[in-house]
Amino acid sequence: MLEITNLHAAVEETPILKGVDLAVGPGEIHAVMGPNGSGKSTLAQVLAGHEAFDVTGGSVSYEGRDLLDMDPEDRAREGLFLAFQYPVEIPGVNTTYFLRTGLNEIRRHRGEEEVDAIDFLALIRQKLELVEMDESFLRRSVNEGFSGGEKKRHEILQMAVLEPRLAILDETDSGLDIDALRVVADGVNKLRGPDKSAVVVTHYQRLLNYIVPDYVHVLLDGRIVRSGGADLALRLEEQGYDWIREEAAETAG
Amino acid sequence: MSAEDTRRGPAAVVDAYVAAFEGFERSLNGAGAGRLHDRRREAIARVADLGLPTSRYEAWSHTNPAPLTHTFFAPVAEPGPLTAAEVRPLLAAGVDGPVLVFVDGCFAPDLSRAGALPGGVQVRSLGELRPEEWEGLDDLGAHTLDLDESFAALGTAFVRDGAFISVPAGVAVEAPIQILHAASGQGLTTPRTIVATGANSRVTLIETFAGTGGGDGRLAAPVTEISVGPGAAVEYGRVHLHGPSACHAGTLHVKEAAEARFTAHTLCLSGRAVREDVTTLIDGEGIDSTLNGLFLPRGRELVDNYTTIEHAAPNCSSHELYKGILGGRAQGVFRGKIHVHQAAQKTDAFQSNQNLLLSDDAQVTSKPQLEIYADDVRCSHGSTTGQLDAGALFYLRSRGVGLAEARRVLTRAFAGELVERVTHEGLRAHVEALVSRRVDEVLAEEETL
Repeated sequence: MLEITNLHAAVEETPILKGVDLAVGPGEIHAVMGPNGSGKSTLAQVLAGHEAFDVTGGSVSYEGRDLLDMDPEDRAREGLFLAFQYPVEIPGVNTTYFLRTGLNEIRRHRGEEEVDAIDFLALIRQKLELVEMDESFLRRSVNEGFSGGEKKRHEILQMAVLEPRLAILDETDSGLDIDALRVVADGVNKLRGPDKSAVVVTHYQRLLNYIVPDYVHVLLDGRIVRSGGADLALRLEEQGYDWIREEAAETAG
Repeated sequence: MSAEDTRRGPAAVVDAYVAAFEGFERSLNGAGAGRLHDRRREAIARVADLGLPTSRYEAWSHTNPAPLTHTFFAPVAEPGPLTAAEVRPLLAAGVDGPVLVFVDGCFAPDLSRAGALPGGVQVRSLGELRPEEWEGLDDLGAHTLDLDESFAALGTAFVRDGAFISVPAGVAVEAPIQILHAASGQGLTTPRTIVATGANSRVTLIETFAGTGGGDGRLAAPVTEISVGPGAAVEYGRVHLHGPSACHAGTLHVKEAAEARFTAHTLCLSGRAVREDVTTLIDGEGIDSTLNGLFLPRGRELVDNYTTIEHAAPNCSSHELYKGILGGRAQGVFRGKIHVHQAAQKTDAFQSNQNLLLSDDAQVTSKPQLEIYADDVRCSHGSTTGQLDAGALFYLRSRGVGLAEARRVLTRAFAGELVERVTHEGLRAHVEALVSRRVDEVLAEEETL
């Protein structure tokens, strides 16, 4: 589904990703962990097509297509979704309008009929329940005045509406209390399926108690230095990242 | 500037207007007498005295007034033809209430509509007023002639007709009153509107300036005077729907009495060179005054918003929000003067100017000007100019919204704050449609580059 090969990326000529290799198959959940500044969020944003990052080398293939050659909107229309670490506030754009516009762009791309306002309301009510959000959010401007937890739930709500095939969650757990964390994790788990994959970027192991990954990767200084199963996350939780750093230094030396 | 332009400079143009006035007087025959004509004579004398502005004038220092001043626009002598089909799209659809249509400054009864009105409310053309009714009209040109503004004087000198709205004390007019000034050909038009509202009355008005075709060789010098009675509530919309080549040098003058509520929405959609002088005189205690403005020039268009809020009385508040959306090589100016007189203690004034530049070549000048002579006041202002938020654009695109549509969504949202301030639902829908269409035009220009 997703094949990242020797990916290099820089921001304002500072290299951040220095040769990332990662393959995600259909139905798999991969966790990408790592200390602050290791390049986790950069990886997530590069995959979604953020223009602030320059891809300086390597390739990314998504369902057989060159992902890096696609505009952000085309990536979304092809089923890729990024849950933002810092969801953007958009004053003056109503949340319902925002959600419905995105959904209809994607449906149109798939050759499906657009959803009218009434059908959309029925759909969105069902999805709101999933993330335990109140209908009043829909009437507000996108993320404007939302609390940190509300913004993260809103990301999961968008994911539930757009039904991506590949979801990338960028530190969706950061800043969440335990209830919000459970809601977010439930939301993600309900969207799991044999043809749906996810890359969960996180600093802490906590979220992985709720979203159990098939694979865990450790990103360190722009490279994946170790991969393993869910137990790797537990070891990181207990022992921190220092042993990985040492190990990586030895390999490099 | 070519040598020819210099020869045709403001002084020669003023002479041409003075000469044209003599011809205009002769053409008036019997109508060239009485109070109205006294005003016209005062006005042309003022034009001769003041001359036409150059960018050396303080009030024009951010604008090149040449398109307005280097050409003599012959006053339109006879109204041209305009059909109901041409007029209809210029009005708010599905909104009841009276409609006054003026073509080239002359009342067009066939295109107008009386509408149902409460007793005592007058919605008429000035030309219909009897001489004794004129005597009660202190407002015609009275405050605008004191403003030392050449174009207000020019608009008064050649005035032929206009809209007259009078709402008696205590009367609430539910349906909005629509006034349309349409130009059909070339030359100078001088639309005029006088609104007088009694104590505790309430009324909503929308005044639209428009023309057929591109508007080449056309200048509108409209003057609108609104008197808001004590405790009265007036909401007034001012919409420009000129062609891209048309020029406009307009004056809106508002005088508010104690406890009045006044809101103006100025919406400048197009025009080669547009200058709008907006002044409100806060002349009694407990007044709440709001000036909203939205301007969307593109191409080589110029819009100069010259606003003044005169806080002359204590315990009043004013709110001013002007937003510009500029594309192409367009130029915008916002001058916001807040003059707090010594007597105006406890004034609460807030001013904000926000501009969105959609192209690298568009320019905007934002000039807050606070003159405060009272010591116990709260006055604040803010000004921002920027581009569409890159983070918001990416967020929308990451949800499948294409770049062009994402720009449209964000630009409309930027304008939306002002559209939402229009209280009347039907007028708001009208304004929203006009703004959406204009946003598309401005963005389309950027997309073809």
